Amino acid sequence: MHSPDPVILARGLCKNFNGLAAVRGIDLDVRRGVCFGLLGPNGAGKTTTLKMFLGQCHKSGGELRVLGMAMPQQGRKIRRRMGVVPQADNLDPDFTVYENLLVYASYFGIARPLARERIDELLDFVGLSDRAATHIGELSGGMKRRLSVARALINDPELLILDEPTTGLDPQVRHLLWTRLRELKRSGKTLLLTTHYMEEAERLCDELAIMDHGRIIAQGSPRAVIRQFVEPDVIEIQGCPPPLHAGLTAANAGRLEIFGETTYVYTADAQALALCLKQSPEISYLHRPANLEDVFLKLTGRDLRE
Amino acid sequence: MIGRKGAFHDLSWRLPAPGGGALAVWRRNLLVWRKMMGASLLFNFGEPLIYLVGLGYGLGMFIGEMGGLPYRTFLATGLLASSSMTTASMEGSYSVYTRMVPQQTYDGMLATPLEVDDIVAGEMMWCATKGLISSAAILLVAVLLGAIDSWQALWCLPAFMLVGLCFAGPALLVASLARSWDIFAYYVTLAITPMFIFCGVFYPTSSLPGGVQDVVGILPLTHAVALIRPLAAGLPLDHVALHVAVLSAYALLGFYLAAVLTRRRLIA
Ligand SMILES: Nc1ncnc2c1ncn2[C@@H]1O[C@H](COP(=O)(O)OP(=O)(O)O)[C@@H](O)[C@H]1O
Ligand SMILES: [Mg+2]
Repeated sequence: MHSPDPVILARGLCKNFNGLAAVRGIDLDVRRGVCFGLLGPNGAGKTTTLKMFLGQCHKSGGELRVLGMAMPQQGRKIRRRMGVVPQADNLDPDFTVYENLLVYASYFGIARPLARERIDELLDFVGLSDRAATHIGELSGGMKRRLSVARALINDPELLILDEPTTGLDPQVRHLLWTRLRELKRSGKTLLLTTHYMEEAERLCDELAIMDHGRIIAQGSPRAVIRQFVEPDVIEIQGCPPPLHAGLTAANAGRLEIFGETTYVYTADAQALALCLKQSPEISYLHRPANLEDVFLKLTGRDLRE
Repeated sequence: MIGRKGAFHDLSWRLPAPGGGALAVWRRNLLVWRKMMGASLLFNFGEPLIYLVGLGYGLGMFIGEMGGLPYRTFLATGLLASSSMTTASMEGSYSVYTRMVPQQTYDGMLATPLEVDDIVAGEMMWCATKGLISSAAILLVAVLLGAIDSWQALWCLPAFMLVGLCFAGPALLVASLARSWDIFAYYVTLAITPMFIFCGVFYPTSSLPGGVQDVVGILPLTHAVALIRPLAAGLPLDHVALHVAVLSAYALLGFYLAAVLTRRRLIA
């Protein structure tokens, strides 16, 4: 019996840490079967939000229902049907890869024979079958991450929450994880992930929300968010000479942004501008469609965080 | 609105309600222990052997009898109590802190149906189990050396468990407050070692000055020794209810406060 409710429903969700407002009233609907991305710069409140979803952090205000049940009141029941990949791996260093999964299964009360069956499947799924007897301390960062994903799947959860699953991983591991996450989505699971990589969000997520300073500042499908917030095309000009800059401004060629040596021209009419730039071979430029990163930088600014 | 101000403040002081998940926490620790069983047991058997042979026979030559018992029996029956104390205290402080802070084992557990109450209860049972193992090892050594020869001594086994719980509670409480390992050195020096010396393990507390006796009388190890020594030596028991009550009170109060403080620490 599946409830028709969204898998996650948050209304006016808040969290204060002794006066510091980390999450300031967010509304969120994560529908069943989607891959939902929560994006935002460091300190935006993503991890705090996820921790409220799994009950490791109690909300200061607002309403929160996960899998149709009230959080934190029904935390035990909710977590029985949920899997979590935390931002920092917390695998059990006292055990091998296999034992980690076996012991974790026991926390869910999964019987040994079923647990062993699932462990074999999951180790295969994340490509760690030949590492079953390896101790955690001997695993590479990528292997630990893959094991964390396997561990989060040990109870065959309906909802999988991943906090920066691919941060710091090499491209091979990232691509493997992307493939696996897509497979999980196809098998009907709901995925909620945070990431810093906009291209990752664009590839994986059906829907996303951009957070900053504890608030959601944009929400929708990647396409829709791009359409809503930035012009369709971008031309990046390296070392734009002042006369050209003046010309661009005068011609109202688009929205200009300068960062370091690069001038970004966000425009609805890139064709004309590109044609014009082609006539000055000494100017090096790049023409590309606008992407999520442009939205992200427009909304959250180019200043460094932390 | 569910999240009225202060609603969850009340939640954190509520009585602990551990469930079956506590057993999974206990079994996790048993599994780790089994991997290093050899070294643990060598320590559990080796240390009392040295104490009982070295001190028991060595001092016993001069002391002869104490409290109506041969000195090595007196010493052995005292160590039965103190060993559960030491073992449960170490496990409940150093090891629990290690799992809680650097290893983040509990954060992993809290992403499953387990709750903080389950973790604290499971850890407490595990501390008591380790106390039981270490005291049972001493019992075996003492029997083999002929220092204990009464069947009544088997009643010590549940008593070891109770003594373990009694010291596990306060140790978990200390761990829940600890910001680094340093505090455990204070705990050992200011609480555990004085009890080891003053609470009747090596000599009867009746030989202490009156004022000191009053203080020593409220310390848990005094009651642990007073319960276990006659049980192990086959002597008639007295004030069993009092000793059990005091030991249980330390265990329950420690458990309650440890649960409240660990909740606050692990759930932001
Ligand atoms: N346990 C905590 N105690 C106090 N402040 C915290 C705690 N956890 C997070 N914060 C603060 O809340 C804000 C949001 O943090 P976080 O949710 O980790 O952001 P993100 O995951 O988006 O990088 C930050 O300012 C952070 O310092
Ligand atoms: Mg984070």
